[in-house]
Amino acid sequence: MAKQKNIVELEDVVVKFVGDSGDGMQLTGTLFSDTAALAGNDLATFPDFPAEIRAPQNTVAGVSGFQVHLGQRKIFTSGDMCDVLVAMNPASLKANLKWVKPGATIIVDESAFEPKFVEKAGYKTNPLEDGSLESYHLIKAPISLLTKESLADVDIDKKMAEKTKNMFVLGMMYFLFQRDLDKTLDFILNKFRNKPEVVKANQTALKAGYNYADTVEAIVSTIKVGSAPMEKGRYRNITGNVATAWGLLAAAERSGRPLFLGSYPITPATEILMELSKHKSLGAKVFQAEDEIAGICSAVGASFSGSLAATTTSGPGLSLKSEALGLAVITELPLVIVNVQRAGPSTGMPTKSEQSDLLQALYGRNGEAPLIVIAASSPANCFYYAYVASKISMEHMTPVILLTDGHMGFGSELFKIPKTADLPDINPPVAKPNEPDFKPYRRDPVTLARKWALPGTEGLRHRIGGLEKTNINGTVSTDPLNHELMVNIREDKVMRVANYIPELEVYGEESGDLLVVGWGGTEGMLKSTVGRMQVAGHKVSLAHFNYIMPLPKNTQEVFSRFKKIVVCELNNGQFVKYLRMTFPEFKYLQHNKVQGLPFHIKELTEVYTKILEDK
Amino acid sequence: MLDKRIEKSPVQLTKEDFASDQMVKWCPGCGGHAILASVEKVFPQIGYKKENFTVVSGIGCSSRFPYYVNTYGFHGIHGRAAAIASGVKIANPDQSVWIATGDGDSMAIGGNHFIHTIRRNIDLNILLFNNKIYGLTKGQFSPTTPMGQVTKTSPQGTIEHPFITAGLVMGAQGTFFARVPDNNVKLMTEVLYEAAKHDGTSVVEILENCVIFNDKAHSELTSREKRDDNQLILKHGEPMIFGKNRDMGIILKGTSLYAVKIGIGGVTEGDILVHDQFNTDPGIHRMLGRMTGPDYPVAFGVIRSARAATYDDQVEEQIEAAKASSSIKCVDDLLNSGDTWEI
Ligand SMILES: Cc1ncc(C[n+]2csc(CCOP(=O)(O)OP(=O)(O)O)c2C)c(N)n1
Ligand code: SF4
Ligand SMILES: [Mg+2]
Repeated sequence: MAKQKNIVELEDVVVKFVGDSGDGMQLTGTLFSDTAALAGNDLATFPDFPAEIRAPQNTVAGVSGFQVHLGQRKIFTSGDMCDVLVAMNPASLKANLKWVKPGATIIVDESAFEPKFVEKAGYKTNPLEDGSLESYHLIKAPISLLTKESLADVDIDKKMAEKTKNMFVLGMMYFLFQRDLDKTLDFILNKFRNKPEVVKANQTALKAGYNYADTVEAIVSTIKVGSAPMEKGRYRNITGNVATAWGLLAAAERSGRPLFLGSYPITPATEILMELSKHKSLGAKVFQAEDEIAGICSAVGASFSGSLAATTTSGPGLSLKSEALGLAVITELPLVIVNVQRAGPSTGMPTKSEQSDLLQALYGRNGEAPLIVIAASSPANCFYYAYVASKISMEHMTPVILLTDGHMGFGSELFKIPKTADLPDINPPVAKPNEPDFKPYRRDPVTLARKWALPGTEGLRHRIGGLEKTNINGTVSTDPLNHELMVNIREDKVMRVANYIPELEVYGEESGDLLVVGWGGTEGMLKSTVGRMQVAGHKVSLAHFNYIMPLPKNTQEVFSRFKKIVVCELNNGQFVKYLRMTFPEFKYLQHNKVQGLPFHIKELTEVYTKILEDK
Repeated sequence: MLDKRIEKSPVQLTKEDFASDQMVKWCPGCGGHAILASVEKVFPQIGYKKENFTVVSGIGCSSRFPYYVNTYGFHGIHGRAAAIASGVKIANPDQSVWIATGDGDSMAIGGNHFIHTIRRNIDLNILLFNNKIYGLTKGQFSPTTPMGQVTKTSPQGTIEHPFITAGLVMGAQGTFFARVPDNNVKLMTEVLYEAAKHDGTSVVEILENCVIFNDKAHSELTSREKRDDNQLILKHGEPMIFGKNRDMGIILKGTSLYAVKIGIGGVTEGDILVHDQFNTDPGIHRMLGRMTGPDYPVAFGVIRSARAATYDDQVEEQIEAAKASSSIKCVDDLLNSGDTWEI
């Protein structure tokens, strides 16, 4: 029996599992997270995989990682610097050491640090032996070797035995965090139901890892993260892309308009297309088009036909969709365009996240072509914003661009499962058969939305298209004053949406020295930083935007209550340009980062501190 | 067969039911007028309720078409009619969906959508107005302009090999292809009816005269003096005979077709190929589609009309199957499926 270990209690912990692409780190991280969630932690995760499908083994390019941030308090982000790193080979250690906090625990598979792999990772000397890791709590465990030994009695081949090393290390982590093994044991049983030997191997490795951690002297203490005060309810873990897909499905169901998705695969948006393809039982029609143009054009056609139509893409795809977006604007049809942003321009860095498509979303079309722009700000709230984007698009008969990003799309967090009946009602302005005086561009006097007249309906035959039309009657027209009128109406229709969206909320004091302004996917990081600074006594608040076009009605008023404003974005300053143009009366400071990486708390704290100190 | 899914009109409709109140703005003498006349004839013959027709177009002179028929209509953007119409049909299979498009619209800027729509065999009817020129932009060469032709952008003659529409359609695994001249409204109307009956994408290439920018481009085939000798009008089940004197025919020798005179070199009427438009093997259809003068007549009428599963039917089947077998019946089921827990 090993001697009693100490217990270290932590508010929150960032854990990262890294290894070679084939080492099963995504699964290991997911299982670890699921067990943590069951134990009552709040959490957020982020997978970090290589751009190449089969990058060379044991190289830095082939490193795959999975990060999870768990806590006994509300968790806003998947975390930045990690407290515990599990590295299965030299390359993954090399690639991730810069994200490890000084003093953090590092668990390595010592058996993988053979000279040839150490060299392949780009190390001159073995980091486990040259003293370069002295500032960390290093736990060297011959994981591969021990796994093989533990499976001596199980009848499986060497390769399979080797593969279960991720379960061994997961077992070690479960000991370290004093977790229950049951959930994972069940998972293994279900997954390999028809392969009893594989079940046995994985379960044995998991338990062996747990016991090993218990006995090994290097592990002196275990970590305790208690359960977070969560609202009562049913929960699940969800990624932003799946949440987006489900939000669209929910909007289709609640509005009674069947869902049509026309899309072309592109990282990091593809998961939405794949997810919706699975849900034909809910009537979703999913069209994998020959390109992005066909994706959006088919969606425009489906919208004309009366579907809740959507198209999902990422930056380069949004560029291809520009012309058809204008078509949706001028035909005044509902359409939801989801842009899961990635680092550009051009192909850029497809697997890295950025917020650099904002101006494209706002203005990237020919002519005066205003539309509604909404940004989700966390994996789970992609569900809500996809729902709301659909609602607003249909009720106001205007296309909506929903901006998410790769970080949100791939990242996950706990999601309190809503009841669809509790979601806001959706009332699309569908025209009735033989409606007297139906005209294609007759409008609701309040919203300015025209009626949605669906093919097949008696008495509503009409023609619309990309040519300018007369207001009300909808006949082709080049009349100069009519054109100006239509341009203004289309803009006014978008601006009036401000009457239907919530006001901007301030996180923190309602006035103060500094207002941090952000939008979209940076919310968690900005909130965490601002929250900490508030605790430290600074008069800093956060205004985070989900509604971008139009802006919430009280935006100007909120801005006026602070001495300084700093706009933080993962781009070169796009939202700040838009704000300067819209409310030129304020002075905006800006903090920008365009590295394909999220903000870090340390970096933001320094920026804000400096701004507060500056006279 | 006409689509059973699409509701029929309880009363016999007439041409007037489809006449639009918009002024037709094509040039006098443009082939578009004849196409419009033919469509106004055939829609009532098809007999679906007038609300069950949707006409979609791209951009070009030809693409003004939706404004001139009183149906549901959508005038799209250049090249994208097939993509827009695909969405219309998949979303609402109870519509009879027609596309009006030009040679540039479908085979230049919209080439990609054109071939993929055909490959998927979505139940759409494509009226391809082939005037072998860009009409709306005033006379630049198109992908079907014959090599060497002088146009506004080819003052020394084009140096491009043109598409043969039939070859492109069948290369894309087209299940229905027909060709008609714009000055034979009777044939056009018959062919459009056949197109409506076909399950899947039907492409009807209409040799359209653009009086302004490419006048008489098809006159070798369509003029009163030449048409009988140069047109082979195909009829299913009938021998492929043509010529003013009905004494010319098509035979298959080895792996090639030949145009021969009956009675010469021992050729009898019995040697002449009999047209089978429903043959699923596209071999002969491809050869027929590519025939061109001076050694051959050009084939008109329905060249190919083969059965194959349609995309839109399969969409409905998959949805039905999923609804029957899945335990997820509503979004609440989905939200609560898989790994969830109570806190
Ligand atoms: C994106 C885009 N590019 C170019 C044009 C200009 N344009 C309009 S119609 C046309 C060619 C039309 O030719 P075709 O499709 O053969 O139709 P036709 O006018 O001959 O019937 C072109 C190039 C356009 N409207 N949109
Ligand atoms: S320019 Fe040619 S194609 Fe266009 S309307 Fe006139 S005749 Fe017809
Ligand atoms: Mg043309």
